[in-house]
Amino acid sequence: MPLVFAGVCSHAPGIVGRADQADPSAKNRLYDAFEDMRNRLEASEPDALIIVAAEHFANFFMNNMPSFAMGMADYYEGPIENPDWLGIQKTRIPGDKSLSERLIRKVMEKSDVSYAEEWKFDHGIMVPLHFLTPNYDLPIVPANINCQGPPLAPLHRAWAFGQALREAADSVPERIALIGTGGISHWPATPDSGKINEEWDRRFLDQWSRCDKDAMLSYDDSQAYLDAGQGAFEIRTFMTISAATEGTEGTVHFYEPIPIFAVGCTIATINL
Amino acid sequence: MQKFLFELNRDEDFQSRYAADRRGALAGFDLSDEEQRALTEPDIGLLFHIGVNGQILMHFAAFHSIEWQDYLQQMRDGIDTHGPVREGVYAVTGYEGVEAHSDRLGQTSNTEEGR
Repeated sequence: MPLVFAGVCSHAPGIVGRADQADPSAKNRLYDAFEDMRNRLEASEPDALIIVAAEHFANFFMNNMPSFAMGMADYYEGPIENPDWLGIQKTRIPGDKSLSERLIRKVMEKSDVSYAEEWKFDHGIMVPLHFLTPNYDLPIVPANINCQGPPLAPLHRAWAFGQALREAADSVPERIALIGTGGISHWPATPDSGKINEEWDRRFLDQWSRCDKDAMLSYDDSQAYLDAGQGAFEIRTFMTISAATEGTEGTVHFYEPIPIFAVGCTIATINL
Repeated sequence: MQKFLFELNRDEDFQSRYAADRRGALAGFDLSDEEQRALTEPDIGLLFHIGVNGQILMHFAAFHSIEWQDYLQQMRDGIDTHGPVREGVYAVTGYEGVEAHSDRLGQTSNTEEGR
């Protein structure tokens, strides 16, 4: 089936874990935007959700770091973090090994992807699921792009991964939803945590919403690091969604810097 | 050193062993005296200065019940005390410190609000 849903959202752990420290009105606006995204996702009646994340040394470490990986299991565990710290209780998340295998085989035709039959979700996946599939009743196919430990795959490889994901999603009979999750400018978990380069974010989101491939592929990690922090390496997740829906514009439903959440919080969908 | 923290963050049994005997839990890891001291005290600022990635370090801090704002401050103190980050992603272009960073970005530091 052709892709039934595509979008992007933030995943910062503070969104849930430090919710009580945020300005209540800002927090509520973000939570309402997540609720709206959940409604849109449910309205698309997906059979499964591919979530493209940038995990943070929870499963993939420097001893063996894949640039791109996908999960291939019937269930996953999460969160890996302390539940009290993250504000999300440990649970079992359904997967679909058969679907994963069919998707991975197809992706492999165009992109070098690793696969994992074991995967403990960290906040990069758990925070979005907490809002979007709070009953954990939708099978998840996790995908990861290394945005943490350089050297990182260049942006055009993330684009190719997105294109391969789209071909794979279209090749299976299931109704597939696709979500990318990451930050734009941010300096998470560093002394600069809480800083947000709003101008940089808004420029990127404008390019993202117009699916301006040339503009997005022109980013340079060294410059992005200076302007937008190491968290900006995660634009790969957003660009993957653009590549999967190339030629289609998107709508940014919500963008607001919320420093205690350490990121410009973003909710956006592709106008499929 | 990051491998130790990676394993600790993932494994509740390992966390119990570390809680019972911090130095004993380091056995089998190739660590300098300085690294062992930073991991057993623990010294969050020194760990950040040496080059531990914050995505690993923040969970180690939470494990030691260090509140978020204290965690951020301990990293800042570590930079003040020990100097810029030695290696790793935060040293790729040189970690410049909170105030210098704010000046360069030309925007008000949110850290004043305790974030």
